[in-house]
Amino acid sequence: MSQSPAQRLTQSIRDARDTRPALVSFLTAGYPSREHFRADLATVAEHSDVVEIGVPFTDPMADGVTIQRSSMGALAHGVTLHWIIDELAAMPPVKAPLVLMSYMNPLLAYGLDKLAADAARVGVCGFIVPDMPLEEAGNFEVALRANGVALVRMVTPVTPPARLKHLCDGAEGFIYAVTMTGTTGKNVTGADDALTAVGSYLDAVRKQAAIPVCAGFGIRGAAQVKVLDPHCDGVIVGSALVETLERGESVAALLDGLRGGTA
Amino acid sequence: MTESMTEAAKAKLLRSLLDGQLPDEHGRFGPFGGRFIPETLVPAFERLTEAVRTTLHEASYQAELAAELSDWVGRPTALSPMRNLSRRWGAEIWFKREDLAHTGAHKINNALGQALLAKRIIAETGAGQHGVATAAACARVGLPCVVYMGEVDMARQAPNVGRMRLMGATVVPVTSGDRTLRAAIDEAFRDWVTDPEGTFYCLGSALGPHPYPYLVRELQSIIGREARAQMLAKAGALPDCVIACVGGGSNAIGTFHAFLGDPSVKIIGVEAGGRGPGLGDNAATLTTGRPGVLHGTYTLLLQDADGQIQETHSVSAGLDYPGVGPEHAMLREIGRVQYIMAGDDETLEAVKECATHEGLLPAIESAHALVGARDWARQNPGTRILVGMSGRGDKDMPTLQTTLLANDGVLS
Repeated sequence: MSQSPAQRLTQSIRDARDTRPALVSFLTAGYPSREHFRADLATVAEHSDVVEIGVPFTDPMADGVTIQRSSMGALAHGVTLHWIIDELAAMPPVKAPLVLMSYMNPLLAYGLDKLAADAARVGVCGFIVPDMPLEEAGNFEVALRANGVALVRMVTPVTPPARLKHLCDGAEGFIYAVTMTGTTGKNVTGADDALTAVGSYLDAVRKQAAIPVCAGFGIRGAAQVKVLDPHCDGVIVGSALVETLERGESVAALLDGLRGGTA
Repeated sequence: MTESMTEAAKAKLLRSLLDGQLPDEHGRFGPFGGRFIPETLVPAFERLTEAVRTTLHEASYQAELAAELSDWVGRPTALSPMRNLSRRWGAEIWFKREDLAHTGAHKINNALGQALLAKRIIAETGAGQHGVATAAACARVGLPCVVYMGEVDMARQAPNVGRMRLMGATVVPVTSGDRTLRAAIDEAFRDWVTDPEGTFYCLGSALGPHPYPYLVRELQSIIGREARAQMLAKAGALPDCVIACVGGGSNAIGTFHAFLGDPSVKIIGVEAGGRGPGLGDNAATLTTGRPGVLHGTYTLLLQDADGQIQETHSVSAGLDYPGVGPEHAMLREIGRVQYIMAGDDETLEAVKECATHEGLLPAIESAHALVGARDWARQNPGTRILVGMSGRGDKDMPTLQTTLLANDGVLS
């Protein structure tokens, strides 16, 4: 295959977008169960276009209560970045491309160069690092590029136009468009004019981006996906999936519902 | 990295610091510092950095700050000779009396300076001293104020919670994480990320993302500037040694800064040694930590091999933090400041000794510096020692009731 991991990520979202918004699903590694992580990941991948695997961290400052809880739970189960890489190496490849979401410090502790190589080796196509703005990305972005892995850039509703352009230029994989200020796990629905504002913000991001734009933060149900559909290439669901896993309910029903299928 | 920095590189960093070149335009103090923040906060930080750049040294801002520091805070604070401790320890002991500053600690210097910069304030607080200072500064400046405080700290600093509420602040208990200062900072960031345009985060120590380490250092450096001039006026000479306690490091950086360019002055920071040297038993970041990123800055941290931040322990709420300001990390790296530890028990003994023999109840935080001063005095008899008395100990009565007063018949 001549496709790089970053290109594989982009392609998976584009393939889905031919018929509907791509679904990027987030789960915290080793939560709710360390033993069932491989099975959970395989199931989520079966019903998603991209899977985002959360690396737990003690101080998840951009996350709301659900992902704080899942991070603490995973840490209590002894989940580490080394364990995650080992699990991915040991299991059969899953259907959807994988992205690792982590705060900066666990990555530094692992070693950035070694991590970029190890992650590429086990099939990771991209990284999302919520506390690493572009200005601090230098070393890691270089290490990832050398392995063809994307450093997914985030943009937000308060990003000024000049910075939006700067962030979109040279971005790889997809653009993570944060739908609202605040932490993860809230609910993006509200007044109609708020949703209209999200739509026009996403349109502006798409105009700048040469790669797919996925909307994340606060997306919990099919109704929201329907409203966002004309304005983005994909949606990211995190807290709602983690809560479904916690309750032991059907992951397939939630994810297929978000993909506009039965459920 | 610690091993790889040459003597020439260390000397160059010290020269850059003394020349006012640090932090650099990326907010770095050598390898430390920077700005590791969510993208949502980037515009807010650019606005803040610009406001700091244009306003902090501007004449009308400086005049307003100077007037308030004089008329309302009560600066300059005294430099007191401590005759009884001097006799007991065999050296010449002086206290820079930040405990006499309004609200009882050095924290007011920073909170007032930031409040004058801000429209609305979000503060986090460990010992409550910064929360009280922020509540007071906001009341004075006419700003609404929300304070995040871990519920563990709310219990051990109950008098400060009441003071903040009386001054009109909303105190939000933090029940996540370790329920101390670190969790409070996490929650304050989460609040800020929710309303980045309408919020000013009044960060209480010389840490966090650029420009906070710089801003807080500039606002706290008045401590050392005053102390240095007072020392020359009263003692006719510089101190041989300057000692202050270090948690996040705002009082220490403020005390040290004016002396960094005096090669004859030995500078010592004293961290919380807690129950002992094991991970989780202390908050001695500079003496036992490794580099990493927490709360937006690259600095020394108490963390495990996987980069997870460790819980800390200290009898003092204000030092109970697993990171430290990046400028301290650099000062340790280049060897200009020596960092040592003082344990819980010896610190409580120092609280008692100072109260009994000088009629001054120090904050438990500040008493860590007393342990360092006593030990240095005994090793260097006859020398002149300046101690940063960063705050008064009234707020520590709940802790003292269950420690010194519970098991010491002399004081009860």
